[in-house]
Amino acid sequence: MSDILAMTAVAARQALDNKSISAVELTEAYIKAGQDTSENNAYVLTTPDKAMDMAKASDARLARGDAGLLEGIPIGVKDMFCTKGVETTASSRILKGFVPTYESTVTQNLWQDGAVMLGKINCDEFAMGSANETSAFGAVINPWTASDGPLKGKALTPGGSSGGSAAVMAARSALLAPGTDTGGSIRQPAAFCGLVGLKPTYGRCSRLGIVAFASSLDQAGPITRDVADCALMMTSMASYDKGDSTSIDAPMPDLMAALSKARNEGVKNMRIGIPDEYTIDGMPEQIVTLWEQGRQWLEDAGAICVPVSLPHTKYALPAYYIIAPAEASSNLARYDGVRYGQRVEGATLDEMYAKTRGAGFGDEVKRRILIGTYVLSAGYYDAYYIKAQKIRRLIQNDFHQVFSDVDALLTPSTPSVAFALGDEDKDPVSMFLNDVFTVPANLAGIPAISVPAGLSSDGLPLGLQLIAPALREDTLIEGAAMLEKAAGFDHVASGAAS
Amino acid sequence: MTDVSSLIEGRTGKWEVVIGLEVHAQVSSQAKLFSGASAAFGAGPNEHVSLVDAAMPGMLPVINQFCVEQAVKTGLGLNAEINLFSIFDRKNYFYADLPQGYQISQFKQPIVGEGSITITLADGSTRDIGIERLHLEQDAGKSMHDQHPGKSYIDLNRSGVALMEIVSRPDMRSAEEAAAYVSKLRAILRFLGTCDGNMEQGSLRADCNVSVRRPGDELGTRTETKNLNSIRFIAQAINSEVARQIEIIEDGGTIDQETRLFDTSTGQTRTMRSKEDAHDYRYFPDPDLLPLELDAAWVETLRQSLPELPDALRTRLMDEFGLSAYDAGLISEDRDTAAWYEAAAAGRDAKLVANWMTVELFGALNRMGLDLADSPVSPDQLGKLVERIGDGTISGRIAKDVFAIMLEDGADPDQVIEEKGFKQVSDTGAIEAMIDTVLAENTDKVDEYRGGKDKLFGFFVGQVMKASKGQANPNVVNDLLRSKLNS
Amino acid sequence: MSDKTPDYNPDHNSDHNVIDKTTIHKIAKLARIEIAPEREDALCGELSTIISWVEQLGECDTAHVEPLASVTGHSLPMRDDVVTSGDDPDAVLSNAPEGASHFFVVPKVVE
Repeated sequence: MSDILAMTAVAARQALDNKSISAVELTEAYIKAGQDTSENNAYVLTTPDKAMDMAKASDARLARGDAGLLEGIPIGVKDMFCTKGVETTASSRILKGFVPTYESTVTQNLWQDGAVMLGKINCDEFAMGSANETSAFGAVINPWTASDGPLKGKALTPGGSSGGSAAVMAARSALLAPGTDTGGSIRQPAAFCGLVGLKPTYGRCSRLGIVAFASSLDQAGPITRDVADCALMMTSMASYDKGDSTSIDAPMPDLMAALSKARNEGVKNMRIGIPDEYTIDGMPEQIVTLWEQGRQWLEDAGAICVPVSLPHTKYALPAYYIIAPAEASSNLARYDGVRYGQRVEGATLDEMYAKTRGAGFGDEVKRRILIGTYVLSAGYYDAYYIKAQKIRRLIQNDFHQVFSDVDALLTPSTPSVAFALGDEDKDPVSMFLNDVFTVPANLAGIPAISVPAGLSSDGLPLGLQLIAPALREDTLIEGAAMLEKAAGFDHVASGAAS
Repeated sequence: MTDVSSLIEGRTGKWEVVIGLEVHAQVSSQAKLFSGASAAFGAGPNEHVSLVDAAMPGMLPVINQFCVEQAVKTGLGLNAEINLFSIFDRKNYFYADLPQGYQISQFKQPIVGEGSITITLADGSTRDIGIERLHLEQDAGKSMHDQHPGKSYIDLNRSGVALMEIVSRPDMRSAEEAAAYVSKLRAILRFLGTCDGNMEQGSLRADCNVSVRRPGDELGTRTETKNLNSIRFIAQAINSEVARQIEIIEDGGTIDQETRLFDTSTGQTRTMRSKEDAHDYRYFPDPDLLPLELDAAWVETLRQSLPELPDALRTRLMDEFGLSAYDAGLISEDRDTAAWYEAAAAGRDAKLVANWMTVELFGALNRMGLDLADSPVSPDQLGKLVERIGDGTISGRIAKDVFAIMLEDGADPDQVIEEKGFKQVSDTGAIEAMIDTVLAENTDKVDEYRGGKDKLFGFFVGQVMKASKGQANPNVVNDLLRSKLNS
Repeated sequence: MSDKTPDYNPDHNSDHNVIDKTTIHKIAKLARIEIAPEREDALCGELSTIISWVEQLGECDTAHVEPLASVTGHSLPMRDDVVTSGDDPDAVLSNAPEGASHFFVVPKVVE
C-alpha cells in the first residue's frame, strides 16, 4: 500500500499504463488514506461510490487503450469548484445543502482527462483566509509537525485558503488537488505543506463554475507533490472557455516539454530578477538564507541572477485589500436565501436578507463584505477603489518593466513558516501579511509558482516562489524544475498516510 | 430660451415646466444580454431562465453581439456619438427580482454618447430634444404580490433581458413635447428594428423627471415618476405632477426629491421612495467582463446600412409626393404606414391618396377598431379608387359611397362602381339635356343670375347633380352650365 | 508577526476609529448583514484597523495614472444571439429554500 501512495501522479500514470496497478486499486488506496487521516479535517465530503465508479470506467478505458492525461488519478476537489450532483458549499453555512446542476469547467476538464473524484475539500470560507480557520467546517490540521522549537507539539495551520487541498496532498490522501488562488491561496498552503503550487496567468483556467471570491484576481491552479505533476495537471486544467469572458484564447506552452528541456539542459542564460523590495524587515533569517540559496541553485543551473526593483510592491497588499473585498461584497450579494442555500426567515424581505446573511456568513467574510461595501460607497469610491486600481496599474507596470530585462523573478513564497492554529494575532491585518509575497502576481494577472525548497530549523517546509510574465508558465516550470532538483526536497509529512 | 406658449399660469404667476425622460427600450433580440435564455415575452414562470439569470454560484456573463449591434444602430439613428470604448458596471442593490444583487449596466462610459431627436408638435413646429446618452443594461425579474397574502412570488423570465436606456436632456417643456418625444423615439426604434416599441408588453417604458421653475430661474427640485408604459400615461403623469408641484410651491412648500409611482386608476402620482431611502448603488466596473471595444470600420458599416428613418422619410414624402408637412408627419410615424402609403400612391395622385388615407381610411379604421395591417381595403384598392376620381369615372362624393362598400366587404372599387352603377356620367349630350330641363324649370333664377347674382351658379350645379343622382361629372356640368348661362 | 514587518503595519497607536457605529450600521444595512449588537464595538475596531492600514496608499502619487480596467488588456468577447438555455424551471428551482408552482417565494414585498 505505501508504495502506491508514494507514487507521484506521473509515476502512477505510468504504472496504470503498464498495468502494474489498476485505477480501482489506486482509488481504493486513496479512499483508505482519506479515512486514515480524517482527523486532519481536510475532506468535507467524500464520494467513495462515485470514485469507485469512475475508477472502474478508467480501468475500462485503460484496457481499451483510450486513456486520458489523468486517467485513473484520484483527486480531491476544493469546495470552491461546483460539482454536478455533489454538494458544494465554499465551506460556508450560507451554501449548506446546495447541489449544483452543473460542473465547473476546470473540474470538467479533469474528469474529461480521466481523473477520479474522491470528494470535496475544506477551505477558508469563500476562500477568504490564510489559515483555513474561517471555514464553517472548522480548521484543517497541517500533516506537518514541528520537530523542535516553540511550535513543537502544536497543531499547525496548512495555510489557506486552499488549506484542505494542501493538507490532503501532504497527508497523501489525494494524488492531485486543484486549488484556487486570489491572493496566494494556492502558493502559501503549498509552501506550508511542502508542495508545488502554481497560480497560472489570469484567464488560463476558466472561472466558470467556480464560486467567485474576487473575479479579477481568482485563478484556479494545481497543488501537486512535484513539478512534473504540476506540469501535467496544469495542462489538463487550462482551457479557453467561451463561457468566461476573461478567459484567454492563447495556447498553453508544452509544459512537459519545458520540464524535459530544463532537466536536460538546465536554465542556461535564463535571467532571474531578485526584487529588492521583497526583503522586508524582520523576515526570519532562515527565509533570507533560503532565498539566497535559491539564487545560488539557479546560477549553478546556468541562470543569470540580477537585482531588480519593483518600487510599488509596498502598496500591493493594501491595494489588494481594497480590490478583493470590493469585488467580494458584490459577488457575494447573490447569497440571499432566495434561490439556494440557507435561509433564515424574516418578517420582511430585507429582514430575511439580513438574518440569512448575518447567520450564513462567518466573521471574516462579513468583515470583507463590509470593507468592500464601505470602499465602494458614495464618497469613498475614488479615495479607495479608484486609488487601488491606479496602484494596480503601477504594480503591473513595475512587472512589465522588469520583464523587459529578466525572464522570471525569484522570491520567498511566504514571510514565515506554518504557524500554530488559533495562535495567530487576532488583528486581521497581521493575517493579511501572509500574502505579502503572493498578492502582487494576482494584481498583475501573471503566473507564479511555489516550490518546496527546504525545511526550517524546526523541520517545517519552506517554499520559494518564481514569478513570470503573462502566458509564460513554461518559464516557471523550467525554473521550478531546477530549484526542485537542487533542493532535493524528499521529506514527507509526519501525518502522511502510509 | 423660454417658449412663452408652454408656460403654465399658476395662482401666483407663470411657471415653466422642465422634463427629462429616461426611456427603457428592450432590444429585439432572441436571447438575453448576457445569457443564452430566451428574451421572448409570455412564457410560464422561470421557463426563460438560465443558470446565469438565476445567479447560480460561479455563473458568468457573456455578452450578446446582436444586442451591442442594436445599441450602436440606435445610437446612429439618434445622430449620436458612438463610443468605441465602453465599460460595463455593476449597480449594486438588493431586491427580490435582482438575483445577482447587482444589475449589469453602464455608468461612466456608456456605448453611446450625445445625440438628438427632432420632434414635431401639433401646430407643425419642430423642436430638437437632446439625447444625453444610451447604454445597455439588464432588465430585472418580476415580483408578483397578489398570489399569496404574506408572500411575493418571483419570476426571473425578464431577468437579464437586454435593455437600452436612452436618457434625454431636460429639454422638454410640456407633456405634449414629452409625448411627441416618446412617439418619435419609438418610431425611430421601430424603423431601425432595434426595439419593437410595444409599450403594453413593457418593451418600451419611460421614467419622467419633472420639475417646475419661474421662467429664467435655476432648475427646481425634480421628482422621478417610474415605469410609465403608455404615451397617454406619460402625459397624464406629467400633467398631474406639474399641477402637484405648482400647488405645493404656491402654498409655500418645497418639493422633495423623490421617486414616484403613477397610479393609472387615479391618474395621480404618489411617493415610492424618498431621497433619504435613496440607494447607494456602489457602481464599479464588472470584473467578470472586459471593456467593450468596437471597431470603427464595423460602426461605419452599420451606419451605411441604416434603413431610412422617419425624418428622412418625411422629407422624401414632402419632396417626392408633394405632401404637406402634416400629412408627411402622420404617414412617416410608422414604417408600415409609410410602406402602405407608398404602395397606394405609386403612379397616382399622391396628395389625394394621402388625403384619403389620413382622413377617410384612418377615420374608418379608428371607428372599426382596426390596425392598418388589418385594413379591409388594400393599398392598391385605395389607389384605384383615387384613380377613378382622377379619371372622372366617379366624383369625390360618390367615391365615399364606393369606399363605404369597399370597407364592408373588401371589394375592388371598379367592381363596386360597375355593380352599383356608380359610373359618372360624362356624356355631354345627356348632361346637356339635364341642364336644359333645369334651366327651363327655373327661368326666374336664370334671369336673376344673368342680372348679376353670380352666387346662383352653385344652385344650378346642385340641381343638375341632383337630377343625375350625383353621377354627372361635375367638371363637365360646370363647363356646360357656364357656357349655357353665359351665352 | 506584526512586530516583524513594520512597513506594512497599521497605526496601532491610533485610538481613533475611522469606522464608527453609525458607519457600521449604514454599511451593514447596504450589505444586508445583521450584526449582533455585542459584535459592533469589536467590528468598529477591526474595520478601522483595516481602513487605517489601507490608507497608506495615500502616500503614493497616482495623479497621472489611469485606473486599471482589466488585467488581460483584451477586448470583450461576444456570443451569437442564439437561445441555448432555459425551459427547465425545475432545475432552476431545485435548490430553492421556498418555491411554489415554479416561482421563487419570498416574504411579501410592499411597494
